[in-house]
Amino acid sequence: MWHLITAPILLPFLTALLIMLPPVHYSPMRRRWLSMISSAIQLVLAVLLLLQVQQQGLMHYAVGNWQAPFGIILVADTLSVVMVCLTSFLALGAICYGSAGEDEKGSFFHPLFQFQLMGINGAFLTGDLFNLFVFFEVLLIASYALLIHAGGKNKTKAAVHYVVLNLTGSAIFLFSLAILYGTLGTLNIADMAIKVAALPEEDLMLVKAGGLMLMIVFALKAAVLPLQFWLPATYASASAPVAALFAVMTKIGVYALLRVYSTIFGENAGPLAGMASSWLLPAGLATIALGAVGALASQDFRKLVANLVLVSVGTLVSLVALQTELSAAAALYYTVHSTLVTAALFLIADLIANQRGKAGDRLVSGRRVSQPILLGFIFMVGALTVAGLPPFSGFVGKLMILQSVVEPVNRVLLWSLILLSSLMVIVALSRAGSTLFWRVSGTEPGGGKAPPLQVFAVIWLLLASPLLAVFAGPLTALSQQAAAQLYDTTTSTNSILGQYPVQEIKP
Amino acid sequence: METLFACCIGFLTACGVFLMLRGRTFPVVLGLTMLSYAVNLFLFSSGRLTLRGAAVLGTSEQYADPLPQALVLTAIVIGFAMTAFLVILAIRARADLGNDHVDGKLPESELSKKESR
Repeated sequence: MWHLITAPILLPFLTALLIMLPPVHYSPMRRRWLSMISSAIQLVLAVLLLLQVQQQGLMHYAVGNWQAPFGIILVADTLSVVMVCLTSFLALGAICYGSAGEDEKGSFFHPLFQFQLMGINGAFLTGDLFNLFVFFEVLLIASYALLIHAGGKNKTKAAVHYVVLNLTGSAIFLFSLAILYGTLGTLNIADMAIKVAALPEEDLMLVKAGGLMLMIVFALKAAVLPLQFWLPATYASASAPVAALFAVMTKIGVYALLRVYSTIFGENAGPLAGMASSWLLPAGLATIALGAVGALASQDFRKLVANLVLVSVGTLVSLVALQTELSAAAALYYTVHSTLVTAALFLIADLIANQRGKAGDRLVSGRRVSQPILLGFIFMVGALTVAGLPPFSGFVGKLMILQSVVEPVNRVLLWSLILLSSLMVIVALSRAGSTLFWRVSGTEPGGGKAPPLQVFAVIWLLLASPLLAVFAGPLTALSQQAAAQLYDTTTSTNSILGQYPVQEIKP
Repeated sequence: METLFACCIGFLTACGVFLMLRGRTFPVVLGLTMLSYAVNLFLFSSGRLTLRGAAVLGTSEQYADPLPQALVLTAIVIGFAMTAFLVILAIRARADLGNDHVDGKLPESELSKKESR
């Protein structure tokens, strides 16, 4: 069971290779089934890993048995494993949706999807910054190819921006890694935390520059205000299952911010402690405002959902900037909730667009949808959840966020912005819903019924919302435990590096 | 040597950033390539510059840090693959959208120039 931690990385990798081999590759049904079964197994393994981490506390795995500060290690703590579970749950839904026909519109949908899962899981589980870069590139190159899956002018246009921006981001990432390695002499996250705490005066500014460049990279991945312009066009033009998986991609940026600025530049970092907060808090707050305004101004439903992703990212980044245990716990719960519900909304947008004929998901009057009761119901559940109304998980998440803000000034800012943005989101969604379902011309529906597999996928993702609300007690306890583990850096660095005392080696 | 090396990286970065801010996809690709060269040199220098320093123990008096060399190797491979992808994507965009502008459409000024011809 010790090797279980490598399963979320190895299993998608092997599945992708297997799908490309002849006996599976030439039959669409076999490809689909293999992909679906593999992601179901991934979900089971991720849950097993979570149970194991809960029992044993933080686990680490030295790849190739090269010990901690010298080799690459994988680290599983509650935070990272919860994120892996979230990814597997989401991936199963997205693959089911794609298997209903979307995957045959281009080639290599399933292998690319599995490679992207490998990159995402690896980014969550790694304990080494350069390895994080490598996994970022794995997930990015798969996402470039998935973004232009099924082709079309809009996709190509969005992909050019997305690829160029992310390549620039990778260059900045490498610059900052070089600065950090040059000054600290290590890229292991736990080891860096120790080195930063004992940093000589003259290296302070260099490390600060490197750390802030890292913040730019992660803010670009997370789509925080000055770096968010790529997001609405990219997410709105991607095909539905891909957009659903992309809902977790921004969260990787947020996760990396949380990891780096609470472990490496956390409380023990001396003069560098909390150096990103003063940048992230205003940027996060502005992102919430911009996302809410964007949701009101959107001309089609997919753009609206993409702007909802921005709202959730803004909320999460401001929580990360607060740098308290409570806010990290709230952020984790809200991440799970917002990822699943925005992914479900991307799928719902596609279902609606398929049934409205030419009007698609544009917010204009069009043909009637052929399943108004089913689609209307899932739309309503999704909208209520994302806006944060009871009795769904959005309400619990927003409540946790509001409770976690303690400082008076931040409280005034965050409470007013979050509550106002919720109101704007409700207005935008009710406008969208009434246009899509009630402003109909003619009596003929614009398309056939949705395949059962697609309906199942949407319900699978939406089902998480009431479950998250019903089991809110144990889940908030879990996220508080994860946050406590994250901020307890001394214990985690000791358990990773403890057995192998690090000797000072001067270059 | 350090000054020359630093100037080289700085010049490459400046050229890369300038080219990346151009409006056509080809200069942008070139700019990204230049930037990745600059990054690779910079990564290499993070292990300090040494003359006649081997990365293998027991062969020379001075040693070079082997880790940045490994990092550079990884970065080169990844950068190469990404650039290849971007070139193909740029060609596809030229075919799909009918022009090689990064936004997929020519700005107003160039359009009017074209019409007047």
